[in-house]
Amino acid sequence: MKYADEFRDKAIAQGIARAIGAEVSSQRAYRFMEFCGGHTHAISRYGLEDLLPANVRMIHGPGCPVCVLPASRIDMAIRLVDRPEVTLCVYGDLMRAPGSQGQSLLRAKALGADIRMIYSTLDAIRLAEQAPSREVVFFAIGFETTTPPTAVMIRIAEKKRLKGLSVFCNHVLTPSAMHSILENPKIRDTGGVPIDGFIGPAHVSTIIGTQPYEPLAEQFGKPIVIAGFEPLDVMQAILMLVRQVNEDRYQVENQYSRAVTREGNRRAKDEVSQIFELREQFEWRGLGLVPNSGMKLKPAYAQFDAEARFAIHDLRVADNPACECCAILRGAKRPVECKLFGTVCTPETPIGSCMVSSEGACAAYWTYGRVRDEQLRRTS
Amino acid sequence: MCLSVPAKIAKILPNDMAIVSIDGISLEISIALVDELEVGDCVLVHVGYALAKIDPTEAERTLELLQELGSAGERRS
Repeated sequence: MKYADEFRDKAIAQGIARAIGAEVSSQRAYRFMEFCGGHTHAISRYGLEDLLPANVRMIHGPGCPVCVLPASRIDMAIRLVDRPEVTLCVYGDLMRAPGSQGQSLLRAKALGADIRMIYSTLDAIRLAEQAPSREVVFFAIGFETTTPPTAVMIRIAEKKRLKGLSVFCNHVLTPSAMHSILENPKIRDTGGVPIDGFIGPAHVSTIIGTQPYEPLAEQFGKPIVIAGFEPLDVMQAILMLVRQVNEDRYQVENQYSRAVTREGNRRAKDEVSQIFELREQFEWRGLGLVPNSGMKLKPAYAQFDAEARFAIHDLRVADNPACECCAILRGAKRPVECKLFGTVCTPETPIGSCMVSSEGACAAYWTYGRVRDEQLRRTS
Repeated sequence: MCLSVPAKIAKILPNDMAIVSIDGISLEISIALVDELEVGDCVLVHVGYALAKIDPTEAERTLELLQELGSAGERRS
């Protein structure tokens, strides 16, 4: 595939790994958090950790929208589909996301709820057009990448006067979460590991650009390298971070210049700002309530807001106490340190959010990492 | 959720839609979020929408830099 295969060359990856090995100082540790699940997936799938020196450690961050969605929002959606007039449209990876007490949208569907997996918000429009007597609700989820397509959907619905279409909005913001990880004393006090730099999101940054990360790098003194999702992109980003750490620099650098600019996608940002505004706070699995981290529809679009339209009230739901997803999302624990990992919690029967999406740390580790670790254990 | 794939614009359709080709497979997507696209341009496709145009000059520059970094590592070892 053009612009994918060229960035997967094994020999170049090995060459960059040797460059990283030559440039790291043996006197210190390099702990880099990859914020995005896309990077976690690439690191696990291509075995990149095996190419890195022992003192360079990757910490998996919270950047998977399904993983950070709290159980309460799943429960709220399940309450919504209890209404016989509602058809709920969801992106596929949300179907197994755990609510409380073993509930999930997949289970609700099996019990008769009208839940449809869609690929695009354009599918939700088609459904609303085909069934004008139904209440078609789109379960909107995702970072800045998926918010513009939701905005476009609302604009089209308005233009087409689709009265039965609305949005259950769960869109969240990346820089707020990074800020929370770096600043939140609760996270620091409960075993979060020190972070020496971030690999910044690829596709989120195509929309917001590199500029929003600049205050973070400056305020917390942490280098941030925006990187693509292919293995060579990740390897180059790690080398760029090592160099910044060695030189005591903390800047925002852009490895993914083929798709990301400093300003981002102005048209997409305009679409979003016309329709959405900030929530005062939003609950994240693993991070708790994060100020200014979520989006909701502006009052002018209340007719498209499922929360207003169906009077859905906020719920608070405790996570399974044995599940270590919260610590894993903070970088405080690795998947194998959770006693549920690989026993009752697998991609077939996920208990925690990190196992649900293929981009979650536990799912990536289950798919690509557990055999590797077993081999390492046997040979060490 | 955040994964997206590079695809080439094969045909521009009315109403901000386009046909793209991904490794020979055709898909209809929305181009409402990206300005000034032409047939032959490469875009990142995510949940049925083009999110960004891929800049061929920058892609080439990154590949050259990667080659250089890779062979620099070679020389050091």
